[in-house]
Amino acid sequence: MKTVYADNAATTALCDEALEVMVECLRDNYGNASSMHHSGQAAAEVVAQAREDIAKCIGADANEIYFTSGGTESDNWAITNAARLGAKKGKKHIISTTFEHHAVLHTLMKLEKEGFEVTYLDVHEDGYVRVDELEKAIKEETCLVTIMYANNEIGTVQPVEEIGRICKEKGIYFHTDAVQAVGHLPIDVKAQNIDMLSFSAHKFHGPKGIGALYCRKGLPLIGFMQGGAQERNKRPGTTNTPAIAATAAALKKSCAEMDKNIHYVSAMRDRLIDEIVKIIPRTRVNGGRSPRLPGNVSFCFEGIEGESLLLYLDLKGICGSSGSACTSGSLDPSHVLLALGLPHEIAHGSLRLSLSEYNTNDEIDYIIEQLPLVVARLRDMSPVWEKLMKGEN
Amino acid sequence: MAYSAKVMDHFENPRNLGKMENADGVGEVGNAKCGDIMKIYLKIEDGIIADVKFNTFGCASAIATSSMATEMIKGQKVEDALKLSNKAVVEALDGLPPAKIHCSVLAEQAVKAALADYYTKNGIELDPEIFGGSCGGHCDSCESCGIEG
Ligand SMILES: Cc1ncc(COP(=O)(O)O)c(C=O)c1O
Ligand code: FES
Repeated sequence: MKTVYADNAATTALCDEALEVMVECLRDNYGNASSMHHSGQAAAEVVAQAREDIAKCIGADANEIYFTSGGTESDNWAITNAARLGAKKGKKHIISTTFEHHAVLHTLMKLEKEGFEVTYLDVHEDGYVRVDELEKAIKEETCLVTIMYANNEIGTVQPVEEIGRICKEKGIYFHTDAVQAVGHLPIDVKAQNIDMLSFSAHKFHGPKGIGALYCRKGLPLIGFMQGGAQERNKRPGTTNTPAIAATAAALKKSCAEMDKNIHYVSAMRDRLIDEIVKIIPRTRVNGGRSPRLPGNVSFCFEGIEGESLLLYLDLKGICGSSGSACTSGSLDPSHVLLALGLPHEIAHGSLRLSLSEYNTNDEIDYIIEQLPLVVARLRDMSPVWEKLMKGEN
Repeated sequence: MAYSAKVMDHFENPRNLGKMENADGVGEVGNAKCGDIMKIYLKIEDGIIADVKFNTFGCASAIATSSMATEMIKGQKVEDALKLSNKAVVEALDGLPPAKIHCSVLAEQAVKAALADYYTKNGIELDPEIFGGSCGGHCDSCESCGIEG
């Protein structure tokens, strides 16, 4: 059976360019980038070049990029850092949204326990924050606005540039979790007035366990681990040369081919959404259609449960994901779907298919062929669907 | 979280799947809000479960536990079917992940609910010893779940 991998928001396949440079570093360029000898300096050169290439892709300077273990670490670091800076000035209010990734939400919850106040902006039923609501939420004590660039479950892209402008005007730090956006959408941290930005290589065909925090020059960044002097004294630990080089290779490629990819991937996305909505009755598309991540498709099918849907699709070779409670091992479906105001019973029937430029139109045809069969099979055995059809609900 | 081969088999090829006209007992338990609903239909002849069908809304383990439970009671005496425990269903499936134990509880309850319906229809009083029971709150999910457990 062939695999149709449609879970690119969870992680992506490594691209050949990244794999090659990674292997090369592991095998030949194994020196410690902090060592003085020529072997170490060769590694340091690779890292310096990678830092420059990566910075260029998001409109930053090389010395504004700090390598981390990925999106989670970058989010934790950026938010905690801004909170510490705010607290020093007696500013202990943060603004975020209800549908952030847990790396952000759980960091904020921790800060709330430490006495910070957090305002979570509503993302409405279409999955977008409203800029006027952000403006209203800003207080004298607001030190940080942290709003994700694009949501990982429903793909909605937030008005980052406007948020950046408002924060700049008010002198508030702006962090964005751009894990789903970097490499997929054009980003310019300077033009968009972004102070801090988190990203992760494995979402754009780079390796797992590596990412970076962009932190604007002039914004004091306090390290949170004790150790060596790597990353300009901010983030200790032996430099991960192979992963850094591979991140740069993957991001350079993603950015060079971005226009083409956006065009190709969003056409597949739109065809998949349009066809499925046409074929399968009582289907909802989660999140507004535009602006939306090129690869994100998110549905709720009434009367069925997401985990069984996911696993029946898996038996057909199709890899997707679901925000149903049963996939999370709790009784609550994903906080993102609930943030849209969806009732539990609808949110249980969610399916996310996330595409990339590695997918083909034949694969989309295959999904369009199989998905309705699987949904029909599950509905046929569902007492909830039976009631819906009898009009009892 | 990985399911056993038995669970996957019952999920892929559910036994006794379907609805039943003129069932002698029908039981439905669970709640769509929590994500699991099971409905069991019984055909009872001479005190024996002659046929059984189920419909389930829920995760793979909800489907597999319903399937296994129906298989275990088919052909059994009503009194014996009443003794079906969620533990026996879990064992027959070679185990379930901890977060999914409540599905087996639901399966046990669905069987009991269908039998209760059969008794009620036939004017037999329900023994609270047997029908008052619940999963005893031993599953991880029970605390946050509105339904019995
Ligand atoms: C929006 C978002 N933020 C943060 C993360 C965490 O990134 P990482 O897996 O690199 O820690 C992810 C991915 O899982 C994500 O989608
Ligand atoms: S019966 Fe609901 S979780 Fe146990």
